Amino acid sequence: MSPRTPGAQLPEHPDWLWRTPDPRRSYDVVIVGGGGHGLATAHYLARNHGITDVAVLERGWLAGGNMARNTTIIRSNYLWDESAGIYEHALRLWEGLEEELDYPLLFSQRGVLNLAHSLQDVRDSVRRVEANRLNAVDAQWLDPRQVKEVCPIVNISPDARYPVMGATYQPRAGIAKHDHVAWGLARSADAAGIDLIQNCEVTGIDVTGGRVTGVRTSLGPIAAGKVALCAAGHSSVLAAMAGFELPLQSHPLQALVSELLEPVHPTVVMSNAVHVYVSQAHKGELVMGAGVDAYTAYTQRGAFHVIERQMAAALELFPVFARAHVLRTWGGIVDVTPDASPITGLAPVDQLYLNCGWGTGGFKATPGVGWVYAHTIAHDDPHPLARPFCLDRFTTGALVDEHGAAAVAH
Amino acid sequence: MLLIPCPWCGPRDEAEFGYGGQAHVPYPEDPTALTDEEWARYLFFRNNPKGPHPERWCHAAGCRRWFNAVRNTATNEILAVYRVGEPRPVIV
Repeated sequence: MSPRTPGAQLPEHPDWLWRTPDPRRSYDVVIVGGGGHGLATAHYLARNHGITDVAVLERGWLAGGNMARNTTIIRSNYLWDESAGIYEHALRLWEGLEEELDYPLLFSQRGVLNLAHSLQDVRDSVRRVEANRLNAVDAQWLDPRQVKEVCPIVNISPDARYPVMGATYQPRAGIAKHDHVAWGLARSADAAGIDLIQNCEVTGIDVTGGRVTGVRTSLGPIAAGKVALCAAGHSSVLAAMAGFELPLQSHPLQALVSELLEPVHPTVVMSNAVHVYVSQAHKGELVMGAGVDAYTAYTQRGAFHVIERQMAAALELFPVFARAHVLRTWGGIVDVTPDASPITGLAPVDQLYLNCGWGTGGFKATPGVGWVYAHTIAHDDPHPLARPFCLDRFTTGALVDEHGAAAVAH
Repeated sequence: MLLIPCPWCGPRDEAEFGYGGQAHVPYPEDPTALTDEEWARYLFFRNNPKGPHPERWCHAAGCRRWFNAVRNTATNEILAVYRVGEPRPVIV
């Protein structure tokens, strides 16, 4: 007697939102990496530029890398004009993305607090608020009492080890459901005729006479007029295949969720000084992220003492979490640049395009990246918002130094 | 948590160590003679392989000495450790 098939009593799996095509032998554009950035780029190549002879190659399953591992915080309160430009562009796209994709993304503009714990934090934060306002990014400076009004569970006692001396507040910031974002973008790209090809690992990049001609993959060679990298932590590995190096270091970045709790946390709270950021997902989990693990690795897991330190920081800020249980922890591999700003634009090889170095903060940029990267690819020229983030800034010295200055939680 | 074999103290918890990045990156002999490209490479470009990586560690909460290790960044396996000044071991 054969055993009953597990799950046989369950309803049929719903239809997929996209096809599962075999790769063709040639495409106008091949995007390497089927995460949020790759899918958004495909979506905007079709939507803004009418380019649909496109394949998105994903070595695992769609949006199973950092897109599945991030803490989904969306904000645009960066210090420098260049950063405010691209992240605010992204935030404005987020505000219309559900309608654009006709798909629910659970985009919730519940605001973000970036806490200040020292006099220098306060000075830097106030400076950033003013810089944000000059760039038409909504920003306010809140004193501890106002912080408590926005988020009643934050501990503002002056006796804390790192007391809350105030916070910047961006009301338009928020969170979204990362899977839904990926599915909505994938469905849109697929409907435009773009091939989303999963379980297809790129093993080589063919370059002839300084120009890219195609990729070799686990499913055979694919010729390409243009190749656009969107591979986050593995960007250095791909660049090596094309014969150049990138100023990136790949680090594990860990995050965790608690068990499901009643709604207790109405906003997003980030603290650079104590290295933690916390929000509560729609379903009820507290979602927390840490800083990167110190050493480079591709292991998609990190060390427990980093999580422990992160928990200590979270408890200091939110004593109410003391009895919450950790449900699971995980790690993703983030590619960090020397100035904590992304690299997006042209590569040292013709018809090859770079989008990497988003480090710990790529999710918030998803639609903005898709928009500007699609422009860069379509015109073989960086979008004006991407121009400051070209690779050559490391030679010219025109860095966009967002380390710490812009509430980047590294 | 990695168990890192300090060449002076033996295997100790990762939490005792500081990470120093890629090993064997000498300061340029004549920095003023470098082109912008060469200076950028020295300042900003470090190897980022998925595989064996020679790197510096400091046993900060132990003997406080720097040493080198070859670690496989894909598995975190430490393939060799060696003291500063010793040649990099050949990893088969």
